[in-house]
Amino acid sequence: VLHEHELVGATPDAEGVTVTVDSPDGRRDVRCGWLVSCEGVRSNTRRALGLEFSGRVFRDRFLICDVKIDEDRPAERRFWFDPPFHDGQTALMHVQADGVCRIDLQLGWEADAEAEARPESARRRIARMLGHDRFSFEWISAYVFQCRTLERFVHGRVIFAGDSAHQVSPFGARGGNGGVQDADNLAWKLARVVKGTAPAALLESYDSERHGAAIANIGHSSRATDFMTPKSAASRLLRDAVLDLAREAPFARAMVNSGRLSTPAHYDASPLNTADREAWATVAPRPGSAAVDAPVRAGGRPGFLTEQLRGGFTLLADGEASGWGGGVAEPVKMLRLGRDLEDSEGLLRARYDLQPGSVLLFRPDQHLAMRARSFDPAGIEAAVRRCLMLEPEAVAA
Amino acid sequence: MSGLKQDPALRDPDAVYAALAEALDRCEGEEATAFLARLSLILANQLGDDEAVLAAIARAAEGAG
Repeated sequence: VLHEHELVGATPDAEGVTVTVDSPDGRRDVRCGWLVSCEGVRSNTRRALGLEFSGRVFRDRFLICDVKIDEDRPAERRFWFDPPFHDGQTALMHVQADGVCRIDLQLGWEADAEAEARPESARRRIARMLGHDRFSFEWISAYVFQCRTLERFVHGRVIFAGDSAHQVSPFGARGGNGGVQDADNLAWKLARVVKGTAPAALLESYDSERHGAAIANIGHSSRATDFMTPKSAASRLLRDAVLDLAREAPFARAMVNSGRLSTPAHYDASPLNTADREAWATVAPRPGSAAVDAPVRAGGRPGFLTEQLRGGFTLLADGEASGWGGGVAEPVKMLRLGRDLEDSEGLLRARYDLQPGSVLLFRPDQHLAMRARSFDPAGIEAAVRRCLMLEPEAVAA
Repeated sequence: MSGLKQDPALRDPDAVYAALAEALDRCEGEEATAFLARLSLILANQLGDDEAVLAAIARAAEGAG
């Protein structure tokens, strides 16, 4: 790790990237095979490559602050639409650690962000909200919602991940989760490309899977924002009708959108998926889905399925599954239900719709690659090769 | 409240809300009212249940107070 270094240029070519950095010892060039930009929303690499970061800026401003309050509060997230203490706007409050509350107040597009973020004016607003002034500020800022994404996340030897690649409004923990999911998706693919055990084309699937996930995240985030800040008088009427009916009707409460919690994307269109050949329950994870967890016993100890899906490809077989060497293109860890793993509460079989003989193949990032109702070594090998983008013509057979 | 469904019956309520909001955002002035009137009539016929439609009208009128 190089501290106090700032990237000021990046020049990719066919074999790698020349990165120019400013450091306390002056400017110099650093050569690397691949460059992964995880620099956040103000990515210097993105600027160095002159890439467009396009999307939507929402015409609304928000005051955000962390407030230490001298009173006990329940650990809950509260969201207000048009509360008496904050005319016509929304307010959000949730408890954090150490007696600190995060408070977020909608201010409207015309608000003077700089003036609002001054402690004395923020103090007036928070005191009106809490009904007292027994609090102190830990942090105050003002911001606007923005949803943007790069058109492509992979530019030859330069790859973008996290907020460098996509930006969403702060609802549902989408920014942090999206970045971690990018890393999960990219790490195993890049490792194999660098080692030469998979072609560089495998990285194209990082682009298609994670760009799709970013677009879905931006869609969810935009919907929440449009609910909080309706774009027209007519859609404000619709929003207010939902709130009005929500007092009595659960169906309207289901439409109240103050931010939906992030869930992992299903890579339904991924070229790495092997299509189902048999029927499965519609609620079960499908090829492209992230592993759904379940309590299990392994080696006599209680634990969870996802703890067992680590280190590479894993085949979970409900049955004996004998006569297989465990992967040719790359080693595949084998977990046999009933021998290596106990479905201690019956939830694993229920959640994945397993029957005796069923097999599931998980990728190194714990997404499901293939499932089948019977154990067929050739089919499993073909699915692994498909995941590594090896010899697609052999996979088609 | 007259046998009207209270629990969510739509597969993706957020998507339906978003489609309604977008349609309303495209309306100018009085067009929004005309849109909602047309939509009411289409949905009433699609429902095909006079009693349910009348109960829904009563319920919606109640909320206007």
